[in-house]
Amino acid sequence: MLPHYFNHLFVTGTDIYIADVLIILTSLGIVGVLTYFKKWKWLWREWLTTVDHKKIGIMYIIAATAMFFRGGMDGLMMRTQLAVPNNHFLGAEHYDQVFTTHGTIMILFMAMPYLIGLINVAMPLQIGARDVAFPYLNAISFWTFFFGAMLFNLSFVIGGSPDAGWTSYAPLAGPTFDPGPGENYYLFGLNLAGIGTLASGINFLVTIIKMRAPGMKLMDMPMFTWSTLITSILIIFAFPVLTVALSLLTFDRLFGSHIFSMTHGGMPMMWVNLFWIWGHPEVYIVILPAFGILSEVISTFSGKKLFGYSAMVGSMVAIAFLSFTVWVHHFFTMGAGPAVNSFFGVSTMLIAIPTGVKVFNWIFTMYRGKIRFTTAMLWALAFIPTFVVGGMTGVMLAVAPADYQYHNSYFLIAHFHYTLIGGTVFGVFAGLYYWWPKMFGFKLNERLGRWNFWTFIISFNVTFLPMFLLGLMGMTRRMYTYPPGLGWSHLNMIETVGAFGQAIGMMFLAVNIVWSIKYGERDVTGDAWDGRALEWSTTSPAPEYNFAHVPVVYGRDAFWDMKYGKNREKYQVKAKPYRPIHMPNNSGRPFLMSLAFFISFWGFVFKWYLVGGLGLAAVFVFMYLRSFEYDTDHYISVEEIEHTEAAAGRL
Amino acid sequence: MSRMLSPKKRRGLAFAALSASVLLLSGCGSQIAVLHPEGPVARQEYNLIIWSFILMAFVGLAVFILFAYMLIKYRARPGVEKYYDPNLEGNRKLEVVWTVIPLLIVIALAIPTVKTTYALTQPPVQAHDPMEIDVTSAAWKWIFQYPGQHIETVNYLVIPTGVPVKFILTSVGPMNTFWIPELGGMEFTMPGANLGLWLEASKSGVYLGRGANFSGKGFAHMQFNVYAKPQAEFNQWVAQVKAQDPPLTMAQANQLVNHHGLSPILTFSSYPAGAVPQNQNTLMSGM
Repeated sequence: MLPHYFNHLFVTGTDIYIADVLIILTSLGIVGVLTYFKKWKWLWREWLTTVDHKKIGIMYIIAATAMFFRGGMDGLMMRTQLAVPNNHFLGAEHYDQVFTTHGTIMILFMAMPYLIGLINVAMPLQIGARDVAFPYLNAISFWTFFFGAMLFNLSFVIGGSPDAGWTSYAPLAGPTFDPGPGENYYLFGLNLAGIGTLASGINFLVTIIKMRAPGMKLMDMPMFTWSTLITSILIIFAFPVLTVALSLLTFDRLFGSHIFSMTHGGMPMMWVNLFWIWGHPEVYIVILPAFGILSEVISTFSGKKLFGYSAMVGSMVAIAFLSFTVWVHHFFTMGAGPAVNSFFGVSTMLIAIPTGVKVFNWIFTMYRGKIRFTTAMLWALAFIPTFVVGGMTGVMLAVAPADYQYHNSYFLIAHFHYTLIGGTVFGVFAGLYYWWPKMFGFKLNERLGRWNFWTFIISFNVTFLPMFLLGLMGMTRRMYTYPPGLGWSHLNMIETVGAFGQAIGMMFLAVNIVWSIKYGERDVTGDAWDGRALEWSTTSPAPEYNFAHVPVVYGRDAFWDMKYGKNREKYQVKAKPYRPIHMPNNSGRPFLMSLAFFISFWGFVFKWYLVGGLGLAAVFVFMYLRSFEYDTDHYISVEEIEHTEAAAGRL
Repeated sequence: MSRMLSPKKRRGLAFAALSASVLLLSGCGSQIAVLHPEGPVARQEYNLIIWSFILMAFVGLAVFILFAYMLIKYRARPGVEKYYDPNLEGNRKLEVVWTVIPLLIVIALAIPTVKTTYALTQPPVQAHDPMEIDVTSAAWKWIFQYPGQHIETVNYLVIPTGVPVKFILTSVGPMNTFWIPELGGMEFTMPGANLGLWLEASKSGVYLGRGANFSGKGFAHMQFNVYAKPQAEFNQWVAQVKAQDPPLTMAQANQLVNHHGLSPILTFSSYPAGAVPQNQNTLMSGM
């Protein structure tokens, strides 16, 4: 029997009780610390109400890190259950919830916010801007993402987690087969976070188009900024599809419509199409910024210009375009016919060409360089072979008839972990180590960084390499258990060992952060790595206004050019007097409005329409107030700028 | 020094592991079902898997070698200055090379892909009259109806060897996929749709089949045996079923379709019309 969730709001089970206790203890701890050190006002004024892109970026990264640990715990629970055949660590229903939250969290609440966080931190600095185009909207983006993620996570202890997979295929995710509130959490959590993502896409696009420093042409932009531009366009085209799909499934579940149902003319296959029309561009949304990070890091630590700049841009544009033409490869086996399968198979293979161009260009960026093996560089270097394995198996999966044998098997699971961890996560870690001094003014420790790197990367391969083999042996994804005697047992045990190894690797990162806060090498120059783009030309961390004078740019790699290049003299202009800097005001409304969204959507999850309606009304009140707000900005005085610059040793 | 060499070593290790696993695949290890095709459909898919692997291994090897070379040669070390050229920013000829070669590889892969995609919509052996088996996935069991013989089995399947079998796939519950790796790739079972899938066993044996698309709580247990027997033995088995096993009643049929739970292996000498709700949709082409 399926459990009737409505009868018990609070989920029961030993691990849930442990989670309950931990959540209560953590919350009490945070409240206690904030109260004891009288930090409530600080928290509100410096963080919760901020519209500063750098602080918003840091909050994204903190939230994404927390989600990484949550999603990682899910992964460990899955691997523990699968370590031996016929295991009883988790039951089927519990396992189904755990793999659903693992996938959803890792893609939507870990990978994307990590990258959006790094974009927030670095992109405006790279183009010499003082903030993003719409700082207030940026805060709304963050808080809707944050409360969307919190709503999704709340399901674990209140009401029960979704359990139809992160792909949430109808009719399994429909009201007939999944009556509890878990799926509603999925729908509302993702839709709330989706508002933020879409707004981020628009915000970054406008920022890059309108706010580049004078002289910086599009083809002068750092590659990370280019990747952000293209990602933003992907977000703007792809996310509305997800919003519509989620809303339609919400109608089915809440109001009894029959859009994706089995009966009354519903079409479950339509969900699959809509989901992947968003879903495939989504995987490029989480890989292109990582490509951008890689370009920055490899070029910096090779001490060289990026090889084939225009080909790098062109191949990203090609990948972005092709990413909308391949979605059917996620369900070749749905019988759309040989013509359709041929088209989508070949279009998928074509993506390998621009991707290959990028890989070769990265490798040749090192050609005749001076390679420094910092931790950031190690992550970037590890990206290349790992992602190549992911990419090559991706081409194998694109062979439609062969995909009939790989589909939904562990071969596929191995493939996308090689791309998403080897690509996105390694890229994020490279970016984290690289921009850490820019965010916080000190470096992470290199020795602990290498421990972090080596334990993680070795364990990663131990976990995921055997999965290719398991897939060919017939093991499919989302099986909560398997019988002995199929030859799967040893490989599964090896994978579990690897998974715990990755957890240890992550512990080194946590230790590194704590250690470096206290003892890490301070970056007093602002140019921690002998960098190339403008973010390294200001202090670490950058002042609220980023640049006292907006820089004028004469070409690519502006800061490198400033230091060593042929335009060195042009950059040596006499310092002009400071002028007051126009900045946006902080506001608590994005936080409060997103909180109202959270309460409203939580009401809808349980079909408590009164709560839902009142919450939405509050959202509209906040929008109304914003519309009639006139005091939205302020000037930073010349004295204050002088004071800040003097403190940073720049006067 | 050793630290600086280690990325290469690691890469070499990873590659060795990959090649080792592949050697394992192609030769021994009969438990690696996909690489042990036992019928013409699985064999065609296997050929494509191997061909795509060879092409990809070629690319991968080129990348790994170049990558290792750059890391060793241009690592920061005394003497690297003489090569150092911070302003080097591209080489049109090289870039054309690494655009054109992958394009050729894609063409070399695309042609057999398209050919096989079309080929698999046809019966694998034209010489023999095909038979039909209607497959229905329910929550959480497999229902097999043999319209030519008018018998039904649940959670196991019997087929004659050397005969192309057209499986007509549908579902009365959540979606699933029907997969017998040794005989060929999977295809979806979807409510309200009929998909066709050709499979054939070349020789007698017991093959493992399973559902491969998550369908809820009982999904992991949706495993079934496929018994491939020579035609004469198959006919004998049918006759035996007709003689010994009970007919499926409508009440039992509804129970199988509507009750969410696992089911033991069952055999029925006949089934009533409408034992599985019929789809209005016409057959989709499948593959």
